[in-house]
Amino acid sequence: MSDNDVRLGFNGHFEEKKMELATGDPPPYDPSRKFRLLGTRVPRLDGRAKATGEARYSIDVLLPGMLYGRILRSPHAAAKVVEVDLAAARKMPGVRAALAIAEPGGVVRFAGQEIAALAAETPEQAEDALRAIRVQYAPRPFVVDPVAARKADAPLVFEGEAQTRTSAGDAPGGAAPLPRQGNVQGPRATSKGDVEEGFRKAHAVVEGTYVTQVQTHSALETHGLVARWEGEELTVWASTQGIFSVRDELAQSLSVPASKVRVHCDYMGGGFGAKFGARVEGVTAARLAREAGAPVKLFLDRKEEQLATGNRPAAIQWIKAGATRDGKLTALHVVVHGSGGTNGNTGTTAPAKNVYACDNIKTEEYDVFTNAGPSTAMRAPGHPQGAFVLESAMDELAARIGMDPLEFRMKNDPSEIRREEFRIGAERIGWASRDARRTTSDPAVRRGVGMAAALWYNTGRPGPKATVKIHRDGSADVEHGVQDLGTGSRTMVAIVAAEELGLPLERISVRIGDTALPPGPASGGSTTTPSSAPTIRAAAYQARLAVADRVARQWKVAPEQVVWSEGVFSAKADAGKRLAWPEACALLPAEGVAATAARAENHPEGWKRFTAGAQFAEVEVDTETGHVRVRRVVAVHDCGLVINALTTESQIQGGVLQGISYALYEDRVLDRQTGRMVNPNVEQYKILGARDVPQIETIVLPVYDGVNNTHSVGIGEPSTVPTAAAIANAVSHAIGARITKLPITPEAVLEAVDRARGGAA
Amino acid sequence: MSDEPKSGFTRRDLVRGAIVGAVVAGVAPRSAPAEPSAVGPGAVPLELNINGQVHHLTVEPRVVLADALRDRLGLTGTKVVCGRGACGACTVLVDGQASCSCLMLAHEVRGKRITTIEGLTRDGAPAAIQAAFVASDAMQCGFCTPGMVMSCEALLARNPRPSREEIRDAVAGNLCRCGTYPHVFEAVEQAAGLRPAHAAGEPPERIATSLPGGALRLTSDDRVDDALAALPGAEEGLA
Repeated sequence: MSDNDVRLGFNGHFEEKKMELATGDPPPYDPSRKFRLLGTRVPRLDGRAKATGEARYSIDVLLPGMLYGRILRSPHAAAKVVEVDLAAARKMPGVRAALAIAEPGGVVRFAGQEIAALAAETPEQAEDALRAIRVQYAPRPFVVDPVAARKADAPLVFEGEAQTRTSAGDAPGGAAPLPRQGNVQGPRATSKGDVEEGFRKAHAVVEGTYVTQVQTHSALETHGLVARWEGEELTVWASTQGIFSVRDELAQSLSVPASKVRVHCDYMGGGFGAKFGARVEGVTAARLAREAGAPVKLFLDRKEEQLATGNRPAAIQWIKAGATRDGKLTALHVVVHGSGGTNGNTGTTAPAKNVYACDNIKTEEYDVFTNAGPSTAMRAPGHPQGAFVLESAMDELAARIGMDPLEFRMKNDPSEIRREEFRIGAERIGWASRDARRTTSDPAVRRGVGMAAALWYNTGRPGPKATVKIHRDGSADVEHGVQDLGTGSRTMVAIVAAEELGLPLERISVRIGDTALPPGPASGGSTTTPSSAPTIRAAAYQARLAVADRVARQWKVAPEQVVWSEGVFSAKADAGKRLAWPEACALLPAEGVAATAARAENHPEGWKRFTAGAQFAEVEVDTETGHVRVRRVVAVHDCGLVINALTTESQIQGGVLQGISYALYEDRVLDRQTGRMVNPNVEQYKILGARDVPQIETIVLPVYDGVNNTHSVGIGEPSTVPTAAAIANAVSHAIGARITKLPITPEAVLEAVDRARGGAA
Repeated sequence: MSDEPKSGFTRRDLVRGAIVGAVVAGVAPRSAPAEPSAVGPGAVPLELNINGQVHHLTVEPRVVLADALRDRLGLTGTKVVCGRGACGACTVLVDGQASCSCLMLAHEVRGKRITTIEGLTRDGAPAAIQAAFVASDAMQCGFCTPGMVMSCEALLARNPRPSREEIRDAVAGNLCRCGTYPHVFEAVEQAAGLRPAHAAGEPPERIATSLPGGALRLTSDDRVDDALAALPGAEEGLA
């Protein structure tokens, strides 16, 4: 440990701090430092492989003798399994293995739940054989509507204890068991101050109920893996956000040591929170492969993906908020009934609790179980829903006290970073003229501008390790078991190493996506970069010190006498002693030198706790058709210190577009009569397309928070948190009536327009 | 291959979702009428002209082109996402026309020229549109990218200087879940010579304005500035 002086903060708000550094961990970058590569626009290293089709995704893996696995699913939303008969299916042409996933007496809780599986020589044979599996069910009453599920006489989703864990690798759910009545579990409650007292102090109080839909992840590559046994050793190629969590779940489920399981993920086609574990399909593929004595590829089809692999839960959120007439929030009370099908942990109140300063806040979260596919973590779990209710109420309150919504937020936001973001975004969207722009040349078309705040966490974590090896020719290898979800992690690893070693990118070889490598982080919670980047930097730093050590020996001076700058080693005491990187590396032994570093703990002296963002949206609403078109979005985010400006822009654009899609289009629809999803595809489950893309302006505010040695912060989740809320506020501004439901369909817009006109609703 | 009975299958089942594909806006008609010599239920030998090479394979009549490419020929650059013509991930060129290979039976395209994503690369060098996709970062997870590239390649072949609206239309049938569309638009414009390529490693300051508060604008699309300038009140400094 050593004490270091560091400068932390952001433009105009820097402060000096003393920071204790772990041994071998370099001090956080100084804000004055100029970088060669870090923060520039670097095209992703695997871009060419992706653009030419050479990139081998896990679903692309073809092995000699490989079989194709398929899963049979329940058509019933609730049933008891009486019998699963595989005999006829086993006799079908090409079938090499079959197994029951549900046992007799097992309970089906949603349409799409896994019942049995088989593997055959061709995909077509597997599909045919699936139809030969005979399953006898005893159907039971079910409920798929969260409102109906809360009624006293509703069919019970869980007769006994609620079993909500779907995969050992899933993001951890609510730890403490909660009280349950019927299908309603909860509350998870928090309380600060006294909300009743807060409402008494308020000059204006607003109250409303906001409803949000179920959104599915809809990653383009489905869930699944390819499994191959060699004796007792299992190798898999998985589409995953966590190669190590897949390994551990497989080892646990199959009762083999983790050391005998190796997981690869070179390329994967999107996760968005739903791909941490091996899950049923992964474990099933490995079992089928063991039974058949041949490799098995088991990837879900689009319908299965929609039914059973997770989703963002629905929510009915009631909010009551109060403020004084000079614009001080006095009380916030939120009650949520979230519904994640057979899963719990559907809370949405993190924004209400953490974004705005308020002395009196009360939150109560309930989970409503239904006979529907389980929810799982989805890009900023709970936050887009929570931002929608909070930011809608903020606009309502501002209107009630006659204050500009931007000014109202500035008065109540304790984050100086976000207040700066509000100022920047307001200028870029043209906030000051927003009222003047409400009318357009078409009398039926109204324009609106809305805004919302994002909050996320400083969530990089210790645990990951990386090895950096320097070769005699001066090139370097980086080994780090992280996976690249498309965020550009592979390139991020190379940039950080190249920056620390003073090498061009071409001299760095990156190996990721393999559990045989030093462990990387799972990619969730926007933790990948803030977990990996400091690890890579520490390993490269130590590897460079190892080279310096060789130089010291050559010069017969103490190692601390050797300094490195701009690719040249020199001796502190002897100006004549200089060695450029290639000559220094030529001194290395044949095998080169390597250093393995572990990520240090987050520095408790770090400058901030939350990551702030702000988004502004401009929309046009046709008041005759109800059609909403998003024209522009300005997204202003704290991304710590940006490592790659190009991929950061991509990721923020992606977060915004998913947010627009959530706000306007996406909606999982379940049929109350049959309990089945009626749009398990990607055309009736509507997702934003090329024609719906507005102009997006992405702006980052560099913040040197010192939480880790690269100041890096994840941007994946914060970039999608406020979008839907900003759009809802923009639509409300355009039509003069509050939007209380997502998605904002033409029907919902027309209903609100009617309400505003005082007409029949 | 087996010779199990295939009773109960109709061709309509096999190309399920064809209607869906036909209504996806912006996608050219994608299936040609089957030849009258359509084959029967068992696996049948087949000759396909793919990327200028003749491939021999034996597949059941129900196997769609996408699966034949991926599972039988190992041409896995072509992706399958929806299997019903709604997402464009499986887009290949059939006689130069962007087509959903998940909606066409392999036997249906005998005698036609098929170009897959692998066929755009010449002697190891990526095509201009592929290079522009890399430079513009018109990809994230990259799973939609091959199909997106094929749609853009077909667009540029018939319209070398497309407008932004024409680009939108050309990829309206290509679903990207990561939201790469803005960079896809820029990549096509770059490949068409309508926009300069930014050099790799360029610091954001060189492209984007530094804003008050030390903020950096990452946006590489100068149309954003045009939009801003067009706002009412912009001249008075309101915008």
